[in-house]
Amino acid sequence: MLELSHISKTFNPGTINEKTALRDVSLSLKEGEFVTVLGSNGAGKSTLFNAISGAFLPDTGTVTLDGMDMTEWPDYKRSKYIGQMFQDPMRGTAPNMTIEENLALAYLRANGRMSPFSVVTKADRERFREQLARLGLGLETRMSQPVGLLSGGQRQALTLLMATVVTPKLLLLDEHTAALDPATAEKVLALTEEIVAKDNITCMMITHNMQSALEHGSRTIMMDRGGIILDVAGEERAALGVADLLERFRQVAGSMLDNDRILLS
Amino acid sequence: MLSMNVLMGALELGCIYSLVALALFLSFRILNIADMTTDGSFTLGCAVSAVFTVSGHPVLGMLLAMLAGSAAGYITAALQTRMGVPSILAGIITNTGLYTVNLAVMGFSSNVNMLKTETVFTKFRDLVGKGAPYKLLLAFAVTAVVGILLVLFLRTRLGLSIRATGDNPDMVRASSINTVSTVTIGLCIANAMTALSGAMLAQYQKTADINLGTGMVIIGLASLIIGETIFGRGGIPAKIVGAVAGSIIYRLIIAVALRMNLPAECLKLISAVIVALAIAGPYMQKQHSAGRRRRQMLDAAVEGRK
Repeated sequence: MLELSHISKTFNPGTINEKTALRDVSLSLKEGEFVTVLGSNGAGKSTLFNAISGAFLPDTGTVTLDGMDMTEWPDYKRSKYIGQMFQDPMRGTAPNMTIEENLALAYLRANGRMSPFSVVTKADRERFREQLARLGLGLETRMSQPVGLLSGGQRQALTLLMATVVTPKLLLLDEHTAALDPATAEKVLALTEEIVAKDNITCMMITHNMQSALEHGSRTIMMDRGGIILDVAGEERAALGVADLLERFRQVAGSMLDNDRILLS
Repeated sequence: MLSMNVLMGALELGCIYSLVALALFLSFRILNIADMTTDGSFTLGCAVSAVFTVSGHPVLGMLLAMLAGSAAGYITAALQTRMGVPSILAGIITNTGLYTVNLAVMGFSSNVNMLKTETVFTKFRDLVGKGAPYKLLLAFAVTAVVGILLVLFLRTRLGLSIRATGDNPDMVRASSINTVSTVTIGLCIANAMTALSGAMLAQYQKTADINLGTGMVIIGLASLIIGETIFGRGGIPAKIVGAVAGSIIYRLIIAVALRMNLPAECLKLISAVIVALAIAGPYMQKQHSAGRRRRQMLDAAVEGRK
């Protein structure tokens, strides 16, 4: 499904701020695979996501999704096939537009109705209502309210729905539950798993929680200094605990994990 | 206090100028861009419409005025989205250039008269008969059609994309919306509406003048804000009705002011004050209550020390 081959990116080359964010990263994802991504701050996780979503052009390498070489595509063209969620719940929705208008926008731009003058039908609206009801947050009765009135957790759940209202080929989740309180975070994560499983979406999720990284999804990669240093799946992964993960990290990276954001829960 | 004639005049002008308020609703409220092209594209609409009316094509003049207005909007949009010019400056640059263009359109004369020529209003009078309030009917019909089209447009995929562009640029960057095209299309439509307003005004008063558009952006904003204050912040249809109503109210205020022998030269200053207060109001209110809270906390601290 997703094929990254030899991606490298150096920011501010030739200056004192030169930073190599990605070093020759290659990664191949099968359809329906759910990959959790670990790594300390500055390891290149978000940069990797940005390379996939097209926020910048990599120095070397290619990005291929479902047979389409997207390396040269601008970000707005890629996002027709790639759904994205970020840590900040304010980033994914338009606050002055209603819940229905936000969903309509996500739906109309991704479902292949090419006319810029297309509108949502009654049937579409009914579909939005059903999908909102599935979130179990009571949003289906508030469809004509502006999104700005919702809480962070509600907005993030709505963003999730918007990113998947038309099934994307790839879903990129960049710590999308990190800004939520623990109970809401759990709920949004459960919803994510449910939707990803139901629609068999290929998905990558950045997290700082090692336990969570091992519990969710079907494969885990760990990044350090712009490269992938660990890639486990299947039985090997099932047998791993947080302590093993730390040990593996020390072996491969040859350094202590000194990051306060990695939770050993 | 107001004679029927004056009242009718205010209603007619209110409808005609309301197109500018609708244009600013699109650019200022929805796209969040203060579009300084407005003055120039209003005059451009006047000029194009007048020139074609004089040569016997008043309806064509209105349509071409809209086309010319959208071209002006396109230039402002191109300057800010493709060439990195800050948005306010982009509008001012286009506006300055338009002064020469507008003069050129009018054959390098600062005004055009249409006293004896046929206009859309006289054409419409021949259609509905002399007894009907034909000017108001036509002005209202055009405004209603534009308003309804705008409501419908803002529900489409493109319309929603334009709204999202102004509402949450972060979100738009991560979704499949090309902001260059949404900003461009939004400004083209807004300036087409502004130019249509100018085109109607020129034919309404049977004269076009190079200075007709001066201060139009402030007048439009004042109308928009009056409408918002009265009609609140409902859905898009309510806001659009509010913009039209605000424009009519603005014209009524002006009619009353003129009636009270206030010199016409004062009106621009009054408009400027209305807009400054209306935009600064919410901010000053916040500052005021924050200041009060600080004083209360200080007082409490002083009390505690005693």
